[in-house]
Amino acid sequence: MYYAVSFALIVTMALALVRAVLGPSVYDRVLAVNMLGTKTVLLLSVITFLFGRPDFLDLALAYSLINFIGVLAVLEFFRSRAQHAGPGDDGKR
Amino acid sequence: MLETLLDILSWLLLSAGGLFVFVGGVGALRMPDLYTRMHAASVTDSIAPILIIAGIMLQAGLSLASIKLAAILLFLLLTGPTASNALASAALLAGHFPEHAKPLDGESKQ
Amino acid sequence: MIVVFDVFLLTLLLITAFAIVQTPNLFVAVMLTGIFSLLLASNFFLLDAADVALTEAAVGAGISTVLFLGALALTAEREAAPSSNRAIALLAVSVTVVAIIYATFDKPRFADPGAPVHQHVAPWYLEKTREAVDIPNVVTAVLGSFRGYDTLGEVFVVYTAGIGVLFLLGKNTSRRQDDLDDAPLGLRHYLIPRMVGRMLIPFILLFGLYVQFHGEYGPGGGFQAGALVAAAIILYALLEGENRALRVLPRGLLKGLIAGGALLYGAVGVVGMLLGGKFLDYSLLSSNPVQGQQIGILLIEAGVGITVTGVLLSIFHAFATRGKF
Repeated sequence: MYYAVSFALIVTMALALVRAVLGPSVYDRVLAVNMLGTKTVLLLSVITFLFGRPDFLDLALAYSLINFIGVLAVLEFFRSRAQHAGPGDDGKR
Repeated sequence: MLETLLDILSWLLLSAGGLFVFVGGVGALRMPDLYTRMHAASVTDSIAPILIIAGIMLQAGLSLASIKLAAILLFLLLTGPTASNALASAALLAGHFPEHAKPLDGESKQ
Repeated sequence: MIVVFDVFLLTLLLITAFAIVQTPNLFVAVMLTGIFSLLLASNFFLLDAADVALTEAAVGAGISTVLFLGALALTAEREAAPSSNRAIALLAVSVTVVAIIYATFDKPRFADPGAPVHQHVAPWYLEKTREAVDIPNVVTAVLGSFRGYDTLGEVFVVYTAGIGVLFLLGKNTSRRQDDLDDAPLGLRHYLIPRMVGRMLIPFILLFGLYVQFHGEYGPGGGFQAGALVAAAIILYALLEGENRALRVLPRGLLKGLIAGGALLYGAVGVVGMLLGGKFLDYSLLSSNPVQGQQIGILLIEAGVGITVTGVLLSIFHAFATRGKF
């Protein structure tokens, strides 16, 4: 029963990867990274029960806390660039 | 009897969760604009973890693993929408507006 | 069936690696590197290596992305044009790849029970851990006790990385540290990320503490815990700005942490010598040798965690304050 969900999760990770490779702007790629992060947490939780070793849940818990920091770092990066550059910066990539 | 019922319920929840994850992934790939893709990706961040983790919790029963799973669900639900908010703020800050939207006259970019 | 998942994830890893090499935009490369670390961590997890997966997820996908973004803020966003003589580089890489592939022909098959590592090394560790150290997580026993010298070397490598970055990016301050004028202000005006982030910080710290001391019973240990605690303080620095973060853990304290952890590890080894045994002999730390081993592992893991926290935070501050750390 866990195999089907794992398969769906891995396929979605592949789709997110395609978005990360294709995405015309950087924000698409950041979105893809964040999505991949949360899918990894779910995949780790499901496979923990597939393997039957519940003490591996610590990994999923650790990563669910840390995944957030990447997106905040991106926001801070753009904000700090705007702080030091001033108006007139396009920012579209 | 109760075990079979729990198994069937788990199966249903996990399948529904997997379906929503897949739908969200396809949406993130095929939507035309950044903000619409964010909408699609947020499906995988909100309803899918609830269904999947509820399905696993039924299998784990009343144990330490269930409490850890509840904590994982809590943190995912807390940080997922916030990450979408932060990403949309970053995009708007750098000047990446939705395709058919124009900023109103006299309004700042915040 | 797990093998199918493994192969699928490895294929995704390959695609990501190609994409990283192809793109000239460094921001894109940083994001793809985060994806690479996540896929690698999932792969490690599928291979049943939980400690390594936890370290890779915490350090590679979480903290490395933040450090790379900080470094990117100091440099340009597009890759410089490649210099000439790519033919020699291509030749060197091709020769190395062919040599490595040729070397893998001699390896035993994946999960072959007759392989030498499964006949001699692994059963010895599994037996001796029960006798000598008696903790459930054999990986921590091997890391902390049987191969304690290696881990001592690793701590000193982390220490060296920290002081290397401080030499390159820190400034020599003999006067009292004042607030930086131009320091990043953080996400103070973004209400939602700030509130949610502040709610998460105590949980991350608590979890880091849990992982530090739970390393003997489950996946965990010093490296992972150090990365988690550093992640909590980095989150605070991102939200509230560099000045407040440097007031929470000032520069002097960070330098003390960097040196203190490595010192603690070395001190445990020297205490073993002073009590009459060899360097890093933990059995003498208590009247019962098994308990001595457990106390020794606890102390050295604490040392590792302290140094890793100090180094990761110093590197982050060195990049984030734009070289005025």
